Amino acid sequence: MAYEKVNELNLKDTELRLGLPGTEQEVKQEKEVSCVRSNKRQFDEETLNEEESMPPTKTQIVGWPPVRSYRKNNNNNSVSYVKVSMDGAPYLRKIDLKTYKNYQELLKALENMFKFTIGEYNEREGYKRGSGFVPTYEDKDGDWMLVGDVPWDMFSSSCKRLRIMKGSDAPALDSSL
Amino acid sequence: MNYFPDEVIEHVFDSIDSHRDRNSISLVCKSWHKIERCSRRTVFIGNCYAINPERLIGRFPCLRSLTLKGKPHFADFNLVPHEWGGFVHPWIDALARARVGLEELRLKRMVVSDESLELLSRSFVNFKSLVLVSCDGFTTDGLASIAANCRHLRELDLQENEIDDHRGQWLNCFPDTCTTLTLLNFACLKGETNLAALERLVARSPNLKSLKLNRAVPLDALTRLMSCAPQLVDLGVGSYENEPDPESFVKLMAAIKKCTSLRSLSGFLEVAPRCLPAFYPICQNLISLNLSYAAEIQGNHLIKLIQLCKRLQRLWILDSIGDKGLEVVATTCKELQELRVFPSDLHGEEDYNAAVTEVGLVAISAGCPKLHSILYFCKQMTNAALITVAQNCPNFIRFRLAILEPNKPDHLTSQSLDEGFGAIVQACKGLKRLSVSGLLTDKFFLYIGMYGEKLEMLSIAFAGDTDKGMLYVLNGCKKMRKLEIRDSPFGDAALLTDVGKYKTMRSLWMSSCEVTLGGCKRLAQNAPWLNVEIINENENNRNGEDEREKVDKLYLYRTVVGTRKDAPPYVRIL
Repeated sequence: MAYEKVNELNLKDTELRLGLPGTEQEVKQEKEVSCVRSNKRQFDEETLNEEESMPPTKTQIVGWPPVRSYRKNNNNNSVSYVKVSMDGAPYLRKIDLKTYKNYQELLKALENMFKFTIGEYNEREGYKRGSGFVPTYEDKDGDWMLVGDVPWDMFSSSCKRLRIMKGSDAPALDSSL
Repeated sequence: MNYFPDEVIEHVFDSIDSHRDRNSISLVCKSWHKIERCSRRTVFIGNCYAINPERLIGRFPCLRSLTLKGKPHFADFNLVPHEWGGFVHPWIDALARARVGLEELRLKRMVVSDESLELLSRSFVNFKSLVLVSCDGFTTDGLASIAANCRHLRELDLQENEIDDHRGQWLNCFPDTCTTLTLLNFACLKGETNLAALERLVARSPNLKSLKLNRAVPLDALTRLMSCAPQLVDLGVGSYENEPDPESFVKLMAAIKKCTSLRSLSGFLEVAPRCLPAFYPICQNLISLNLSYAAEIQGNHLIKLIQLCKRLQRLWILDSIGDKGLEVVATTCKELQELRVFPSDLHGEEDYNAAVTEVGLVAISAGCPKLHSILYFCKQMTNAALITVAQNCPNFIRFRLAILEPNKPDHLTSQSLDEGFGAIVQACKGLKRLSVSGLLTDKFFLYIGMYGEKLEMLSIAFAGDTDKGMLYVLNGCKKMRKLEIRDSPFGDAALLTDVGKYKTMRSLWMSSCEVTLGGCKRLAQNAPWLNVEIINENENNRNGEDEREKVDKLYLYRTVVGTRKDAPPYVRIL
């Protein structure tokens, strides 16, 4: 901080006020977060280049935020309710992703809930031979993805909501139609 | 001069509970020392390495209740490696061999093994109460020993421990003759619970006042449990089914209505919010509500519940309550004394909207005049808000504010938060515990030194500019007992200026600071009554002698028994 120092006495130190720090122009500190000093930084070189201008996010500092590890471990997966919409249905539903162990269970539940058939998943072509509906989901980045491409665990932790699209609305996803 | 027989003096001492007062009494004269030590029933040891079991027993042979704390506080946040220490076994072993009539054992951040629990259960005939907080190292097998062998067990309180759940039948191990339970808390167990055994146990425990269930106890079981324990004062609900049928719901509601003594509610670990209305009838009696693990109770459901809890004194909640929700708390809970707002999203989601801000904090401070303890995780703060809070609530004893992003300045003015936190310390003359965050300079520390007269525990992270900061604290805070600092630019000069200060403190923790090996060595030389521990997880440089090398983690504490013998290889005691 750029205080005036007179004879090692920082005069600003003794100026105590409880009011707002009014007109002083205090330079915004570009404080280097000192986790740089520790060798606990967890992101690799690639992300370092991308994120140079951003401060490290909270997940990359050990022990911060200061939440007991028991609480951290026991609270992270407890919310898994996601909204499910189906094109043409009058209202949405909500399901708890945690109750399903794999895609098969999830898709079956969706089929039961909305009374339709999804068809077979195929890595190359998406869903074929169903009733024309394709399950998609919105991930953490806000992108709409086809359900089934990534491993189940990755899907269930990044899925924010589900949308069962009519086949004709999703030409890019389900190339069989 | 004693004009009274010893028994009379002892009788007078009996009415003095505070261990600090009893410590003072024992210093008056030899005679009082002797009477006091033989009549002391309850001993509190804040650092298990400050003394050893033999000396404890030598001084207090008649002790009944022992509280021990092991690892340093920052161990809670994964800053202390596994196996650092804090083993309870030597204590239980020594107490058993000396045939101390132990009745109560309370442990925090200690390593407990099944063998220790087994030994405990077999060694003390009158053992009544076991409280384990943030401990690890044991399994449900250890609990089975306690259940089976402690004939007069009254309390088994497991709070936030990491317990290996062997899914065994530990609840079955309580003999049919065990009817003395008053408190049973197994909320932290992860596995299935033998419901039949639990129901039988509860049914034969007429004095059971506190029951906290784990995830595995479903709705209909909860109903049955509450029906046979309408005398409950404190209930931790485990889980609910997602879609209860109307009949089950009605039964639950009827059971809850009968629990007219219920004052404290917690748990709701997995809950469908639609079941909450079953609890509405007893909300007006609640003085304590812990929904900090109830991530699924949000929005209107949460608000409706809180609006009924007009007598609440203690509230633990997730930040998904939002500022609006806190405003409801402020208008409803006029008796509120303690508030904790925990972060619900711990994975750095960029679109983190469901947090609280300074708005919620100010609302609470304005609406709750009796507030004296707060733990608040938020995404932003301003000096103006903190100053207002200080004016509204000069009675804080504990003030812990954690802004999620380190070094974050006042989000309106971009300045440091020195003035805001300074206002808190200045206004709250009774402040004993303070944790700070956000952008802070040496000036903040100056305020602490000037105004933190009663401050006993201070937690610092990513703060300060120079050694002066730490020195202000060490010089100014006469009552400081526990100081913990991470990622701050304090070095050898601050560490070494007043070595005698550490005699008056329980411990000091410094990690990712500027202290060097040389500085720590000099400290250890000048203070033989301190254990100066260096934790160095880097295997390659464990016994390096480069004195300019920065120390990763330093933990020092006063002790009367010298260097401990149970330290792992990565701990170097100077």
